[in-house]
Amino acid sequence: MKHLLSTQDLSLADALRILDTAEEMSAVSGREVKKLPALRGRTVVNLFLEDSTRTRISFEAAAKRLSADVINFSGKGSSVSKGESLKDTVQTLEAIGADAIVMRHWGSGAAAQLAGSGWISSSVVNAGDGTHEHPTQALLDALTLRRHLARRNGTGPRGTDLAGMRVVIVGDILHSRVARSNLWLLTTLGAEVTLAAPPTLMPVGVEQWPCRVTYSLDDAIAAGPDAVMMLRVQSERMHEAFFPSAAEYTRSWGLTDDRLALLESAGAPDAVIMHPGPMNRGLEISAAAADSVRNTALEQVANGVSVRMAVLYLVLSGTDHAGTPALVPTARQEA
Amino acid sequence: MQAEPRAARTVLSASDIDRALTRIAHEILEANRGPEGIVVLGIPRRGVPLAERIAAKLERIEPGFDASAATGQLDVTLYRDDLRRSTARTPAPTRLPDSGIDGAVVVLVDDVLFSGRTIRAALDALNDVGRPAAVRLAVLVDRGHRELPIRADFVGKNLPTSTAERVQVRLLEIDGPAGTGEVTEDAVAITDITDAAAVTAAGEGTR
Repeated sequence: MKHLLSTQDLSLADALRILDTAEEMSAVSGREVKKLPALRGRTVVNLFLEDSTRTRISFEAAAKRLSADVINFSGKGSSVSKGESLKDTVQTLEAIGADAIVMRHWGSGAAAQLAGSGWISSSVVNAGDGTHEHPTQALLDALTLRRHLARRNGTGPRGTDLAGMRVVIVGDILHSRVARSNLWLLTTLGAEVTLAAPPTLMPVGVEQWPCRVTYSLDDAIAAGPDAVMMLRVQSERMHEAFFPSAAEYTRSWGLTDDRLALLESAGAPDAVIMHPGPMNRGLEISAAAADSVRNTALEQVANGVSVRMAVLYLVLSGTDHAGTPALVPTARQEA
Repeated sequence: MQAEPRAARTVLSASDIDRALTRIAHEILEANRGPEGIVVLGIPRRGVPLAERIAAKLERIEPGFDASAATGQLDVTLYRDDLRRSTARTPAPTRLPDSGIDGAVVVLVDDVLFSGRTIRAALDALNDVGRPAAVRLAVLVDRGHRELPIRADFVGKNLPTSTAERVQVRLLEIDGPAGTGEVTEDAVAITDITDAAAVTAAGEGTR
């Protein structure tokens, strides 16, 4: 795996490989020495051209736990704000010694363009591109759901998928790269996804997607899902009037105390509430729902570090001689 | 033209392997003067069932030894020195006894000792999970060709080989119907291979 650009082109085998690797990475977080030497001497650049705190520090923690060197680069106050092109920026970063570039960009498809441009030979990891994809967020959500399912079944999570799980994704589907990445990945893993949003926040062509669509959150919760994933209302992307007012959004689409009660009575007994963070308490999620034991937000954050460790390890392994059979005892030339 | 791998030559049968493991168990107890503090850790994949078999034998010889509480596995994938050149391997779980390994006499178990690089990685991995009083090494087969100053304390069979040969260990737990293969009994075999393609075609074995 040279790059991680989207979950749409991720095969089931690759997805399971990332998740299984992440399981072992998370074991490291629980021990006294929280460090692995796997990426010693490699350099990971976090190139964040759009504001982000949690994703950047999560990638930073992941790279450091694998002993990589980390360089953080943000658009503000940098050469990018002076008008430097992406090509010049990334070539400069590679000249400094980057082996992998973790990029967040406002443009949909920016990561794929960078990976396919031929400008650089580094691995590219998409940390969110416009309204297109945010693959590591979907992977950490899948890891969280898979553990949840394994606990319910009393098995280990390794090697399992999400067959039969019913997940409702609620909110601003139109602008959400998290929703898109999750839809593709969870479907690949065998889960049934329902999208719930007002018609104004549903993308054009949604009926072509492999999911159910509903325009009533109450109906979606009454159907008894295993997980309800609340999306953040992205006020920074709301340049038009998609709903009349915040109060009206909360009334129709927020996970209010009433809907929490409905989930507890109609949902699976161990149904969970997920949120990619940061939560807008009182807007898309009530304080009671945010603080509920069903809310997996913090578990998702912890799993995010494990998933990003797995992704960095997988994209940066075997990059020297891609294609060399792994099993040949080449050690003789190694000295 | 790609050379065909020649037929495998069996060098250890199931009963040979069993006798070797029994002897290793006795030697471990002899060297340690009893079962005090012994923890047996297998290196995935085939070191793990071997470690379990050795631990079971230790328990049979010394009923005071609790095999289930003193056996585990140590994954070394993320400590290997060839991560850059080999394709990424999915790490296996590391499982340690509940009591940990601090102050224990850890017996590392692997199937084939070759370059010594796996054991080098294992020593680093061990360092990150605890501080044993001593580390010993038990292997089923020592095939020579060491590239690091590492030797085994307990060896099932010294097997002089050439680098053009491959040593295949087949164990029921992994290669039998319960695992992923169709092997019907344990065996160690040597195959003559002359090029890399044959190794890849024949599947895993040496690493």
